Amino acid sequence: MSTEKSQHKPPPPPENSTKFWHDPKKRAVLFQLLLVGTLLLFVLYIVSNTLNNLDARGITTGFGFLSETAGFGIPLSLIEYSETATYGRTFVVGLLNTILVAVLGIIAATVLGFMLGIARLSDNWIISRLAALYIETFRNIPLLLQMFFWYFAVLRTLPSPRQSVEFLGSYLNIRGLSMPAPVTENGFSFVVIMFIAGIVATWLLSRWADKRHDETGKTFPTIWAGLGLIVGLPLLAFFVAGMPVSLDHPELKGFNFKGGMTIIPELVALWLALSIYTAAFIAETVRAGILAVPNGQLEAASALGLPKVRTLRLIVIPQAMRVIIPPLTSQYLNLTKNSSLATAIGYPDLVSVFAGTTLNQTGQAIEVIMMTMAVYLTLSILTSIFMNWYNKRMSLVER
Amino acid sequence: MKYDSQPTLPAPASTIGAVGWMRKHLFNGPINTIATLVLGYFSIIFLWPVLDWSLLSADWIGTTRNDCTSDGACWVFIGQRLDQFLYGFYPEAETWRLDTAFFILAALIAWLIIPSTPRKGWVATFTLVIFPIIAFILLSGGYFGLETVETHKWGGLSLTLVLAVVGIVAALPFGVLLALGRQSDMPIVRSLSVVYIEIWRGVPLITVLFMASVMLPLFFPEGMTFDKLLRALIGITLFQSAYMAEVVRGGLQAIPKGQYEAADALGLGYWQKMIMIILPQALKLMIPGIVNTFIALFKDTSLVLIIGLFDLLAIMQASANDPNWIGFSTEGYVFVALVFWVFCFGMSRYSMHLEKRLHTGHSNRA
Repeated sequence: MSTEKSQHKPPPPPENSTKFWHDPKKRAVLFQLLLVGTLLLFVLYIVSNTLNNLDARGITTGFGFLSETAGFGIPLSLIEYSETATYGRTFVVGLLNTILVAVLGIIAATVLGFMLGIARLSDNWIISRLAALYIETFRNIPLLLQMFFWYFAVLRTLPSPRQSVEFLGSYLNIRGLSMPAPVTENGFSFVVIMFIAGIVATWLLSRWADKRHDETGKTFPTIWAGLGLIVGLPLLAFFVAGMPVSLDHPELKGFNFKGGMTIIPELVALWLALSIYTAAFIAETVRAGILAVPNGQLEAASALGLPKVRTLRLIVIPQAMRVIIPPLTSQYLNLTKNSSLATAIGYPDLVSVFAGTTLNQTGQAIEVIMMTMAVYLTLSILTSIFMNWYNKRMSLVER
Repeated sequence: MKYDSQPTLPAPASTIGAVGWMRKHLFNGPINTIATLVLGYFSIIFLWPVLDWSLLSADWIGTTRNDCTSDGACWVFIGQRLDQFLYGFYPEAETWRLDTAFFILAALIAWLIIPSTPRKGWVATFTLVIFPIIAFILLSGGYFGLETVETHKWGGLSLTLVLAVVGIVAALPFGVLLALGRQSDMPIVRSLSVVYIEIWRGVPLITVLFMASVMLPLFFPEGMTFDKLLRALIGITLFQSAYMAEVVRGGLQAIPKGQYEAADALGLGYWQKMIMIILPQALKLMIPGIVNTFIALFKDTSLVLIIGLFDLLAIMQASANDPNWIGFSTEGYVFVALVFWVFCFGMSRYSMHLEKRLHTGHSNRA
């Protein structure tokens, strides 16, 4: 606008004919300056109050507390942790536990959700009704309630350690499921290396197969060959290296089991609730995605004489996935955020350990809450970056 | 020559009626037949005990746990504690105030939902502006000779409803402002709105509630105190307004560009354009989205038990830990689940119905 005006050189406006508040541009600048000013004053007010309050309570600000000794135990830890570890370590332990339950939950919810979503569209009345019953039941009941149900009403009724249910060398009781733990011995790294080699070989193979398909039209059973490579190579290495894994069996000592590995009931309750709840939402996403494939596509496929399975694999799934994946990622994000409800049943996740126990012991409310929020915020930003990238890659190039 | 067409034959008996329906939907092909039989068997095996436990061999009448003699559910527990589940620790003599407030709310909502009632605009304004004041006076008292009931006595379903309704109603104006900010031409306003919305949408509600209960008291001068409920409400409103903003944005984007241009052509200013042309149309389109956010918030209100408020779920758990009623937590969970389910399912059906009715097919997105 301004360049246009300068080119035409309009006559200079008579003085005082327009007040500056009648010019939308100047008004916008003024308004934004006022907004920023007010916000700054508000933030200053809060910061000074907070500093005063912290001073009055004798709490020093800063992240120094992270290197102090924590002195409390955590029932589940994926890394070395003891009561002499630091508060910083509790953050890592909590974060890893959050990731553990989120990954387990995402796998289970995806499998269950896809099965339900497809079942919901079945021709068979009873299958589609049962799927609908599941979806409508579980997505309309609060997640926390479901979690309490699994934890207090189901898992709390298990027997005490001395009356454990025994099967396959494992013991099920109110403290969880104690199982023999695999212990890796010398030569196990060989198996891991072969596993990685299998993945790399599959990737190379699929590139070669795609290229050949483009050039000659010949297909290659990449999926089966890849599966053989990824599973077969490590298996072969396992036997060649002389089965370098031994089992550590749990034993009842006093009132509890020692040795082996124990799946704590909090993890099971949280995992069940998260997967069952999220699966209901994923099922709806999958259903919407499949329904979004136009009928004409199916008709065209059958006109080309494609059999039903190949229609599904080549026509329906690729087009449905384009619609399904963005809401699916946001369901994964929701699941991860919902895993913070762990604190209600005492599963030691990030919120429960760090924003719970650590906060209560140190009193560093601001730092702890900010760090916790930053973790979730980072996850959600990463997710939205992925979604934007995916949408850009997958958006249909229309003529 | 003249050809008379034969009268149409009736459809074969095996394709119509109950038999035809079953052949088409249950027994078309061997795999489906097996699936039907197996699943039918398992649903009967599984659903029958549930039905038996919850209805057929349940105990309904009585006053103590000794009246629960059968193997089924003990609904006596729910019956005896119903008042607490509904009103929390609200004084018994004053519960009529809760009843009145929720009755007025129900009447207002019914007025807004039923399509043929007149003056919806005024009723909606009344619901959003005047009713909260009336409800506040009724619930907390202190005016017009009503006895003051402190918020720590509030609880049960009424607290759940207070949290959800206040959360939505208070978040609506912030949500509208944030959505307008996100669409604004002013760069600072736009980026501030985006940052606000993305931050709150990126963190779980529980950390927001923690923040509200631990950090909020630090933010204000020594003497200023908020009670627990108010802190939770502030947290929920801040959190919810970000979600509301996204719903409002969806509504704004669904308004055809021509409407904006027409308003500009008429020489309307920004606020005139928004208040008189865009928002009335957009708000109508937003209702399904608002209902869906309300459902999510309604379920999420159960999280307040973590910061020590006694909503429906928390009060049920407290009752189930009462020594007189220990061992009946399953009944409690089932009852609370049923209450939540009825609310959420009802609302989601209503929102689906609205979506269908509002889908008039002229939304060429701006």
